Amino acid sequence: MAKKIDYDLIILGAGPAGMTAGIYAARKQLDTLILTGDIGGQATWSADVENYLGYIYISGPELVRKFEEHLLKFPVDIEYTRAAKLSQINSGFRVDTEDGRVFTAKSVIVATGKSPRMLNVPGEKEYVAKGVTYCATCDGPLFAGKNVAVVGGGNSGLDAAVQLMKICPKVYIIEATERLRADAVLVDRVRASGNVDILTNTLVKSIHGNMLVDRITVENTSTGEVRDISVEGVFVEVGLAPNTDFIKDLLPLNEYGEVAVDCAGRTPIPGLYAAGDVTIDPEKQIIIAAGDGAKAALGAYSYLVRLPSATDWSTEATCET
Amino acid sequence: MTDKNITVYSTPTCPYCRQAKEFLQERGVAFTDLNVATDLEARNAMVQKSGQLGVPVIEVDGNIVIGFNKSKLEELISQ
Repeated sequence: MAKKIDYDLIILGAGPAGMTAGIYAARKQLDTLILTGDIGGQATWSADVENYLGYIYISGPELVRKFEEHLLKFPVDIEYTRAAKLSQINSGFRVDTEDGRVFTAKSVIVATGKSPRMLNVPGEKEYVAKGVTYCATCDGPLFAGKNVAVVGGGNSGLDAAVQLMKICPKVYIIEATERLRADAVLVDRVRASGNVDILTNTLVKSIHGNMLVDRITVENTSTGEVRDISVEGVFVEVGLAPNTDFIKDLLPLNEYGEVAVDCAGRTPIPGLYAAGDVTIDPEKQIIIAAGDGAKAALGAYSYLVRLPSATDWSTEATCET
Repeated sequence: MTDKNITVYSTPTCPYCRQAKEFLQERGVAFTDLNVATDLEARNAMVQKSGQLGVPVIEVDGNIVIGFNKSKLEELISQ
């Protein structure tokens, strides 16, 4: 059976922004496709959510499950693959996916969110899920009884270290700057543990192993000393980066790689919107991403109903700045 | 459809493992859930079969799926 490839609207990503956009688009009866690698995005990783309206307390996975249940009530197509490239064509936009397929639409909403930032050192990519991991919560228990390194001295790094120091004989915390940036209560806890070594002014230069990781090479930037440390796990906790590689040649991005949008979620390209954590909006919250998604879908709807006459993008809505 | 031999290698704390198991339950397919956080034998089997030290790993009749790859799983269980 030949699968449908052309739509009114393609939404990239299915976190809170993408899923909300999907619901709004479906209610406007737009022929909509969501392309996404996963359901929930970063919300899946949020342990406790206590500020999403209507829920005094809910876990991230539970909230994502409710979002998904809600979305699936509507006739929206979902394909589980990510965009590798987004480009403009005469009829609107073309998306080339990571698994080699092509989809087209008159309008697109970029809601691809953020992913854990990589170290970008030799060996990292080769050993992903072979000792290198970006999810301490998921994979931490697999390293029980092994020596591990946590890269990053912020709160997420120390959270990982606190979890790992209970099950690993030795935990190294590797921080590039001269001191840990995490909250004092976490720093005190790891210092008191007795089995955590804190290496400040230290960079991971490379990751090595055979089938699985067995050591890392680190450099002390104040002394210049380079040495190997035997570890079987490398937990990378150095923040998040927006998923905008596939549009970096198409759209203006800010210094962090986030997509520039106006107050209506519009990018400089007519018919192309962005929503949620992938945008320059400084506040990264589930409820804000959801609101952004609604805004972008309604914007896409008003753009689509006025096609082909809606060519004057600049006057379509007014955002006073 | 229910005669497939499916094993999910997972940890209790991993949200994608939970999503994967919920997905299989929704499709009404039976599977064996192995907790590799505590079951050392299962952890070694997972590494041996998949070369992976990361969850979830899902085995469908000898085919290894890494991560919660919904389209791949869908394809394997509906074959």
